[in-house]
Amino acid sequence: MNHPTKAEEFLSDGANAKWHDETLWFVRDKRDSSSKTVPEWEELRDLASRIKDNVLDYLETYLLEFEKNAKANNIRVHWAKNAEEHNQIVLGILNKHQCKAIVKSKSILTEECHLNPFLEKHGIEVVDTDLGERIVQFLNQPPSHIVMPAIHLKKMAISDIFHEKLQTEKGNDDPYYLTQAARNHLREKFLAAKVAITGVNFGVAETGEFVVCTNEGNADMGVHLADVHIASMGIEKIIPKREHLGVFLRLLARSATGQSITNYNSHFRSPDTGKEIHIVLVDNGRTEQLAREKFRNSLKCIRCGACMNTCPIYRRSGGFSYGSTVPGPIGSILSPGLDLQKHSSLPFASTLCGSCSDVCPVKINIHEQLYEWRQEITKAQAANAKSISMKIANGIFAVPFAYKISAGMMRGALKFLPDSITYSGLNTWGKQRDLPELPKETFKQWYKKNRS
Amino acid sequence: MVQKKQIMSSRDYILSKIRNTPRDKRPLPEIPDFKVDGELMDRFKRSLLMNKGEIVDAKQLEEFIDSHQFKKVLSLSEEFRSFSNLDIPDDAHQLADMDVAIISGQFGVAENAAIWLEERDMGLRALPFITEHLVIVLEKDQLVSNMHEAYERIGKGASGFGLFIAGPSKTADIEQSLVIGAHGAKSLRVVLV
Amino acid sequence: MINKKNIGLFIPCYVDQFYPNVGIATLELLEKLGCQVSYPLGQTCCGQPMANAGYERDTIGTTKHFLNTFKDFDYIVAPSGSCVLHVKEHSPTVPGLESEQYATQHKIYELTEFITDILEIDSIQGSYPHKVGYHASCHGQRGLRLASASELHETPFNKARQLLQQLDGLEWIELARKDECCGFGGTFAVTEEALSVQMGKDRLEDHLSHDVEIITGGDMSCIMHLEGIARRNKTPLQFKHIAEILNEAIS
Repeated sequence: MNHPTKAEEFLSDGANAKWHDETLWFVRDKRDSSSKTVPEWEELRDLASRIKDNVLDYLETYLLEFEKNAKANNIRVHWAKNAEEHNQIVLGILNKHQCKAIVKSKSILTEECHLNPFLEKHGIEVVDTDLGERIVQFLNQPPSHIVMPAIHLKKMAISDIFHEKLQTEKGNDDPYYLTQAARNHLREKFLAAKVAITGVNFGVAETGEFVVCTNEGNADMGVHLADVHIASMGIEKIIPKREHLGVFLRLLARSATGQSITNYNSHFRSPDTGKEIHIVLVDNGRTEQLAREKFRNSLKCIRCGACMNTCPIYRRSGGFSYGSTVPGPIGSILSPGLDLQKHSSLPFASTLCGSCSDVCPVKINIHEQLYEWRQEITKAQAANAKSISMKIANGIFAVPFAYKISAGMMRGALKFLPDSITYSGLNTWGKQRDLPELPKETFKQWYKKNRS
Repeated sequence: MVQKKQIMSSRDYILSKIRNTPRDKRPLPEIPDFKVDGELMDRFKRSLLMNKGEIVDAKQLEEFIDSHQFKKVLSLSEEFRSFSNLDIPDDAHQLADMDVAIISGQFGVAENAAIWLEERDMGLRALPFITEHLVIVLEKDQLVSNMHEAYERIGKGASGFGLFIAGPSKTADIEQSLVIGAHGAKSLRVVLV
Repeated sequence: MINKKNIGLFIPCYVDQFYPNVGIATLELLEKLGCQVSYPLGQTCCGQPMANAGYERDTIGTTKHFLNTFKDFDYIVAPSGSCVLHVKEHSPTVPGLESEQYATQHKIYELTEFITDILEIDSIQGSYPHKVGYHASCHGQRGLRLASASELHETPFNKARQLLQQLDGLEWIELARKDECCGFGGTFAVTEEALSVQMGKDRLEDHLSHDVEIITGGDMSCIMHLEGIARRNKTPLQFKHIAEILNEAIS
């Protein structure tokens, strides 16, 4: 199913769609206010963008530096070309430790690799520990937002699933009550897990350390109680120096939720005595995106989700309407690189309003890349019917005489067609909108009479 | 003799794909000095409140501990050693039901109330997370203005685990309603000494 | 001093067809401001609808025609932020006309920015006693930067407001979401019809709840979409291009 169809479905529950729009707008509004308390905000965005430019230009150098330093710190470094290799590496570590149950904190990369179904197929219980992720996991759904995974759900739906899975009181939808139930449930899981998986927000080449940011503290609860910590990291998550964390940590939470910083920002440099840390460096299409010059800087993304919160389309169509691991504007420029056919409607799920580019903390020109993907997609679908009509249109517009004739025909047709035809299913514009009244003459006709 | 075909490792494959992509050579930007002069303490306090932390004095801390009659209190702070009634265990799992941990922070950041801790400040890495309530003791003159200054201050420090902690564990995953006490500490009190 | 005597008027194709009054108002307004304006009769569409639909490469002919039509003017002015942005940023390179194209992209202006930045008019005398809600078209707002964006940390400014607020009696209405997209988006309006209409309804609601009488803006495409929804739902709002308001108020 393509984006328009799913968006229409989402909008069919008007009250819910309105709630979704307003809730995310509220988050964007907090982001706006928060960013405006930092006088150097725009300068920080520019710095972050330029640091990431440098990272992409010297990616191999930084990855090697990171690997060298991480190894020196007793961290084991693995490389995965694709999702399958990533999943096999993780499974290999689990098997070595005879581990049958793991806890996992939020990692969009593991979603991208479909790690959960893979491990479950191999008899391993995976418990997502971020509250939002646990909720959607109970419902067998993917996250609908990269920062707020359960933003599409109302609290009664969460109450219902918790009643079923955690035996909470039926009908009790108090967020505090539900959160405490999850806390108690997950506490047991944390205490029992031998291996914990996390994502990575930033890997620092200079030190070989990596940083994980959460508000719930779930990543730390997992890894400090487990014997083995596996961190899955996209190769683009590297930054050159520790001092650059100062720039990115000032931007990340403010962009994501409007907080000045996430409450827990953990810097992992070496394993605790008797424990292990593994890092899996994952490519999975990133080097291909690097090679696409027009789309390269989509790899600067720090996964704050600000472009989703600001996007008038995302707010009114929900994360699932995109059908990709990363939804919203950034997802719409990342996903076509992974599967052009499957995600071909995404770059068109935008009015090119540009708000995404203006909120982006690393200044990715998202709306311009949406435009560029449209050009690529139509090239790939050269035989498409729309293309032919567009070519005809182009032919017309290039020749003034033809334009005059055809416009005259259009005007004539509009005048004489009955409403039943202009407003029929064939005329999508007219379904819920009136057409403008046709004036008696065009501007051109008026000008010829009055000025020339 | 059969020639063995060399199979490229994933590492080398990824690195070679990157190397084979022609790119610019854009330099790293200099980070300007964004330090803010003026009243750091006020900003720190305001930031902490925004993060749902609290500032308490020694007396309020004592009242808090007394009034709840907490059973398991661990203080790594010399200042409040007398509150402590247990030692650091060998295994963090034994901290599962601990009530209060009192630790010392190295310094605080005024712009966001983040407090820097290293492994040696925590006893066990799990401590600041697993405890029901967390108290951080911070010296009043140990404040920096922003994160740039914070990393300058950390410098080349090489702790195996470092943490900026800025508040209690919290979540807004249910309809964006803020709930304090998700998986980690349900409260954060900062004592300025 | 700028030469006000050689200004080419670019009227977007759908304005020519559906909104001749906007073209007339633009022309008259510029004339009242002391400009000599001519409208080259051979002009056609700028190619934006095709380019935004993913067929930029098929608009070389259109672009070439545009460049030839307007090459002899000192300035090109259009009552549309969207079409101007297209000519500046998205028209494909025309082989052999690179320098003409560069020149065109640097001498084309949207109407309000032409008045505020090029004519440097800082006082407009006139009266317009109405409650006016302004719809910022995204291409004008974030593309041409005709106003500060709510997303950015920058000193607030708004070129349309600068002009409108000088009119006696005009009440500029502050909206809850001052620069949210209306959902027109060219082919988006039909390919994502449900979303497009919902976005339009939400914009109208913002204006209505703030007692707006007249919605104005710099792009008739957004206005056509909003007005189409309003009329279908019998919503009591009037719609005017900013050129119509300014021209009416001055006379």
